[in-house]
Amino acid sequence: MAVKPGAAYSPEAGFPEIHPAFSDAEAKIESGRCLYCYDAPCVRACPTHIDIPKFIGRIHTGDVMGAARAILDANILGGTCARVCPVEELCEGACVEVALQRRPIPISALQRYAVDHVMHRRMRLFAPGAPTGKRVAIVGAGPAGLSCAFELRRAGHAVTIFDARELPGGVNTYTIAPYKHSVDFCLEEVEIVRQMGVEFRQGVLVGRDVTFEEIRSGSDAVFLGLGLGHTRKMGIPGEDLPGVWEALAYLEASRTAPPDKQPRAKVVAVVGGGNTAIDCATTAARLGAEMVMIIYRRGRADVPAFPYEQEIARMDEVLFVCNTLPVEVIAQNGRASALRCVRTQPGPPGPDGKSAFEVMPGSDRILGADQIIMALGQQPWEAVPGLENLKTTRGGLIEVDPVTHETSMPGVFCGGDAINGGGEVVDAVEHGKIAARGIHCRLFGLDAARLGLPGDNGSPRQTWHSVRRPSDIRPPAPAVAPAHH
Amino acid sequence: MTADLSVDFCGIKSPNPFWLASAPPANSAYQVMRAFEAGWGGAVWKTIGEPIVNVSSRYSAVDLEHRRVMGLNNIELISDRSIEENLREIREVKRHFPGHVVIASLMVESKREVWHDIVRRAEDAGADGHELNFGCPHGMSERGMGSAVGQVPEYTCQITEWAVEAATRPVIIKLTPNITDIRFPGRAAKRGGAHAVSLINTINSITGIDLDTFVPRPIVGDGSTHGGYCGPAVKPIALNMVSQIAGDPEIGLPISGIGGISTWRDALEFMLLGSTTVQVCTAVMHRGFRIVEDMIQGLSDWMESKGFTACTDFIGKSVPHVRDWGKLDLNYRIVARIDQAKCVDCGLCYIACEDGCHQSITKERANGRNVYTVVDDLCVGCNMCSLVCPSPGCISMVQVDEGKPFETWEMRIARTGSSAAAWAESMGKH
Repeated sequence: MAVKPGAAYSPEAGFPEIHPAFSDAEAKIESGRCLYCYDAPCVRACPTHIDIPKFIGRIHTGDVMGAARAILDANILGGTCARVCPVEELCEGACVEVALQRRPIPISALQRYAVDHVMHRRMRLFAPGAPTGKRVAIVGAGPAGLSCAFELRRAGHAVTIFDARELPGGVNTYTIAPYKHSVDFCLEEVEIVRQMGVEFRQGVLVGRDVTFEEIRSGSDAVFLGLGLGHTRKMGIPGEDLPGVWEALAYLEASRTAPPDKQPRAKVVAVVGGGNTAIDCATTAARLGAEMVMIIYRRGRADVPAFPYEQEIARMDEVLFVCNTLPVEVIAQNGRASALRCVRTQPGPPGPDGKSAFEVMPGSDRILGADQIIMALGQQPWEAVPGLENLKTTRGGLIEVDPVTHETSMPGVFCGGDAINGGGEVVDAVEHGKIAARGIHCRLFGLDAARLGLPGDNGSPRQTWHSVRRPSDIRPPAPAVAPAHH
Repeated sequence: MTADLSVDFCGIKSPNPFWLASAPPANSAYQVMRAFEAGWGGAVWKTIGEPIVNVSSRYSAVDLEHRRVMGLNNIELISDRSIEENLREIREVKRHFPGHVVIASLMVESKREVWHDIVRRAEDAGADGHELNFGCPHGMSERGMGSAVGQVPEYTCQITEWAVEAATRPVIIKLTPNITDIRFPGRAAKRGGAHAVSLINTINSITGIDLDTFVPRPIVGDGSTHGGYCGPAVKPIALNMVSQIAGDPEIGLPISGIGGISTWRDALEFMLLGSTTVQVCTAVMHRGFRIVEDMIQGLSDWMESKGFTACTDFIGKSVPHVRDWGKLDLNYRIVARIDQAKCVDCGLCYIACEDGCHQSITKERANGRNVYTVVDDLCVGCNMCSLVCPSPGCISMVQVDEGKPFETWEMRIARTGSSAAAWAESMGKH
């Protein structure tokens, strides 16, 4: 979807959304363009396997509720994903229209149209399953935990989510760029999960307010949706001065602070080149900064943020200052006022294959900025007391069984950023689905590989929610050879 | 520059083959003169008869995705203006456009003297010919006129005779498609002495229903009635009926082709199947008289590209290519070929073949995409995959020369002795 210059934050309207919602007429026209591909590339590109041709076809025939049902069946956070997925890299990038030299079907806008339709009307499309008598505890009310909770409730398990923050939703609520979707929207989405009968215990930090052992012994299984750990630091002088923000704290402030507490500044320097750096830079621009720089240590072509994200920054007139490495935050009157930087140049490739860079001697320069935002990425998950012995990968991520998402601790399952080091919301949703099936199958002694996930045509046709005995699993349809074979 | 598009239709000279059909666009002198100025060669006046009263609403349509009015349905009756007024306006049009064709479409009660009277009055007004409306499928048929006549060959023949008795100018019979075999009313018209036929009139239809009120469209208060269907959607039906009339040795009458013509290509197809003139309504109702400029230019350019200098060079050229099934070559064989470089991985060819046709396309995952391949031995050459493929040039149907001679089903039966024996031999080839 074409990016336009960002509309400014206003105290009355907050951050205007980057893309307006489709009108009925737009939805009708755009849905009519879908070819209804079979084993469609867009579906294969969606981590949650939303049946995209199906929901678009339903929009076109006027069954918008049915469209939302198809979406939410596969991805209960379909409303958020419609707003924040990097669709150019996923469904829309895979759309056959692109190969036909035409504009892809605006899948995300159509998905949003359908989900908004049922959310605005407070329609309840799903009901909890008959009680199983089993209890599952979930740690973390982020996308993975919400998805897992919803799926478990469909099957009839009792679910309690323990979350350290005041509000549920995790990254959705706190750290998505504010012009992509609002906190209110996110909480409405959480409401869908709550209405399924999920108990939320907010402000409960495992290890501080409750021990992991207490949670584990009080339930039949545990799902860990821990997310990532602390943000990385540069380790340069002045990094802790007032006026220096950590990226996630900055985004959180922009999303949740009242108008008079918004983190405004005149000249903003964002350090880092990832998608989060772009989120911060474009948010700063929308908050009225006169100049916003992205300071990146490698070359312009090395900026790792998605091209679409870079396009947002470009339209917001963000300046990319590349081959530049901050070495000190300079203070004035006790506040950050500038960055001392050095120039870099490409060096020989490092052990990770990325081209390394080397500092050019004598290239010091001072970049003035009254706000400095460090977007340097996050450490892997942080061990909660009681989880120290979880088996991890070499990169420090929690290791899980690919089919069930069970960790090395029996009965303890995991998904989301804690197992992939930081993915998309849509990845976390799929992890929650896989883990829910894994939990259910462990509790009832079923083979998870023989039961399908909602929406996933690549998995068995029979979904797992109502299966409680191995004998409930239908045998595969008999293979009948075509007449001529 | 345009080629010579003039035609001679049963003695009526027309500057080009493009006529307005008897319908709302040809309802008044004002409209017909606007049409002639735009380039239409002739007009069949909206049917004249004892004036009627119409209802509101009158039209409903079928859309196809972004294309609106692929099919149009109407429940309008014949002219709601008096016979005198219509004839006075025909006279006026002919005074201003003596070189253009005005045909009086007529529909009166089934009495000899009444038909004699209306035919004479139309000629007196200057009409170049008469088109007898034996096709209107709604409203008028309830009163014993329109398709109530056209559906009974004996009535068709009888009333044709009455009109021909009084006429000094050509009598064209407009045929209704709401019959089982168009050749029977066509032959009846021939027996009655008609000079030409025009077809098709509209097809009985209900286009849709309002799902909130349960009333079909077009809505007249709390009810509706079946209407007459026309527009691009009916073209294939019309083409078939035109070819049936053109190919019938008992008829042999000039044809004015009607049914879903919107462009020069449509018109050309009707002409290739034997139509000397073509009549247009829906496309004009949709886009106005100006479309004829593109029809004239398009046909002219096509003729130039083919080296044709007159319409008679190509009218009817496709008629011999329409045959009975039993006269088709059983040994002609084509198979589908998929150009992988043009494949966009939509899977539509695969699922069409797998679920609807002959399970002749395989699907394999390679490098993150699906690769679809035709199994030649299983492909029956049905075309379906190439019809659904959205990528231009991706699926082509190529001929496989198996070195077998031309042989039709009729020839095979004659050779093998029975249809069972012919079948067994045919199946044995796999």
